[in-house]
Amino acid sequence: MKRKTHNKNLAKRIRQSIPFYIMILPGLLYLLINNYLPLPGLQLAFKRLNYAEGVWGSPWVGLKNFKYLFRSPDSWIIIRNTLLYNTAFICLGTAFSVTIAILLNECSRKWQKRYQTFILIPHLLSYVVVSYIVYAFLGGENGMINNQLLRPLGFSDISWYTEDKYWPFILVFVNIWKTFGYSSIIYFASIIGIDRTYYEAAEVDGASALRQIRSITIPLLKPVLITMILLSIGRILYSDFGLFYQVPMNSGMLFDTTNTIDTFVYRGLMESNDVGRAAAANFIQSVLGFFLVLTANRIIRKTEKEHALF
Amino acid sequence: MSKYNRKIRIVSNIVLFAMTLLCVLPLILLVTSSFTAEEVLAQNGYSFFPQKWGLDAYLYLWETRKTLLQAYKMTFLVTLIGVSCGLTITTLFAYGLSKRSLPGRSVIAFMVFFSMLFNGGLIPSYLMWTQTFHIKDTIFALLVPNLMMNGFSVIVMRSFFQSSIPEELLEAAKLDGAGEWKILAWIVLPLSKPILSTITLLTGLGYWNDWMNGMYYLVGRTDLFTIQNVLNRMISSMDFLRNSNLTTAIESGIRTPSIGIRMAIAVIALIPILVVYPFLQKGFVKGIVIGSVKG
Repeated sequence: MKRKTHNKNLAKRIRQSIPFYIMILPGLLYLLINNYLPLPGLQLAFKRLNYAEGVWGSPWVGLKNFKYLFRSPDSWIIIRNTLLYNTAFICLGTAFSVTIAILLNECSRKWQKRYQTFILIPHLLSYVVVSYIVYAFLGGENGMINNQLLRPLGFSDISWYTEDKYWPFILVFVNIWKTFGYSSIIYFASIIGIDRTYYEAAEVDGASALRQIRSITIPLLKPVLITMILLSIGRILYSDFGLFYQVPMNSGMLFDTTNTIDTFVYRGLMESNDVGRAAAANFIQSVLGFFLVLTANRIIRKTEKEHALF
Repeated sequence: MSKYNRKIRIVSNIVLFAMTLLCVLPLILLVTSSFTAEEVLAQNGYSFFPQKWGLDAYLYLWETRKTLLQAYKMTFLVTLIGVSCGLTITTLFAYGLSKRSLPGRSVIAFMVFFSMLFNGGLIPSYLMWTQTFHIKDTIFALLVPNLMMNGFSVIVMRSFFQSSIPEELLEAAKLDGAGEWKILAWIVLPLSKPILSTITLLTGLGYWNDWMNGMYYLVGRTDLFTIQNVLNRMISSMDFLRNSNLTTAIESGIRTPSIGIRMAIAVIALIPILVVYPFLQKGFVKGIVIGSVKG
């Protein structure tokens, strides 16, 4: 009897919800197609792609793609580059953005707004435009640095786009240049959120601004900081394709220090017709990346519960 | 304010001012370079203080304006359609999901959430879009993959609906006999302007700046190129503007001012964003903050 009324209730609730189901439908369909329908394609990591037969019809090859991938030096280079660049971005980028956020907080209200406006500008540019800007500085014959700095100072030109040793610095610089405004604003928002009475009390006790930063701002910023860092660690296998493909202008001589998992997958698929190895790298990034996100979240849940994703 | 604290304020302003320069100067180099006479560029390279100003690059772009205007048109069109569709499906999806009594809600919410954690990557998506949906060399290639809606904005919007729209208001409207669609249109949406404008901005910037979809899926149809796609193509072939099937062949005799063009066309891609940005700046900052709270 009870079950029957429950079913009746459910039926009634479903009927009442029909408008909402209709509202949900287009978005849900998009999500299913864009995010879920491609997933079976991951099996390609264990197949040899035959374009005529499609993903499902292609023949299985076992672990051959992975063997082939790990036997080549590329695998080591792309994994190393992806991990090291992300580590550099996390350490230097975070330290820099937090510093800027704290300094921003010391400025007057009026100037805070102005500074925010300007430091967010790089975030608005696409990486294609950024790569033109970088080229204006580094271009071999026409670049500003060679022409206006090195030559007048008596140095010889540096051929930036053929010498890979400079690129770790260039890419870290460009990445921080493009992203620091954005993350500074995030940190700044949580600094503003800190209860003013802490600072007032510290003021009464005669604590200097520097002391207040050290003993109030930084400790109270820690939860957000830890969360942001863990989230980045969860995405440590992913790299910004635009940064690593566009900014070095896809220059083959720089692959040693600019090739990451994402650019490797793209080139394998579109440029060198090396789909097997690319699919293997793609598979590792997806699956391992997923477990890294889960792990990061588990740690966040233990340390900063309210910031956990789930 | 003590002397010591004043010192900190001065240091902070100096540092932030330096950061402002750091963010703006590269753009200025772009602009000064584009307005430099081509012969000076060939000799002295790009510079903040060109020895001779000139419009060579822009004159050449004017000659090839057909390609550029077409690309501009595509950028506007794609952004407009993309944002309208994206905003519509995101809003409807998020509003439906905000109803706590909806049977099956938790399953759908989990699917939204899981899509943010697990990503199939480029190859499976590429094969699906090209082999199942055949979007290669169609306008759908610029509109549909990835940019239209994402789990993140659905979740942000849903929590806005749940926290900022008073339940009593909806109940009252229902008692007055209003249907769910009417309630959404006349009560919820007017109260949701902040979140709607934030999502519009983020989606719009995504479409405006996108070059990846064009690079992946537009192979033959260069007439569908947006301004970002043109820029992207010009990295590898400076002659793209001249060879483009839209451009009438330019009579020989005009030398391509190739050094300056690169910068001029980047400037042209930038201008709309920089013109609109001051008016939308508040919204962008707000969007970042909202996103960080939930993300």
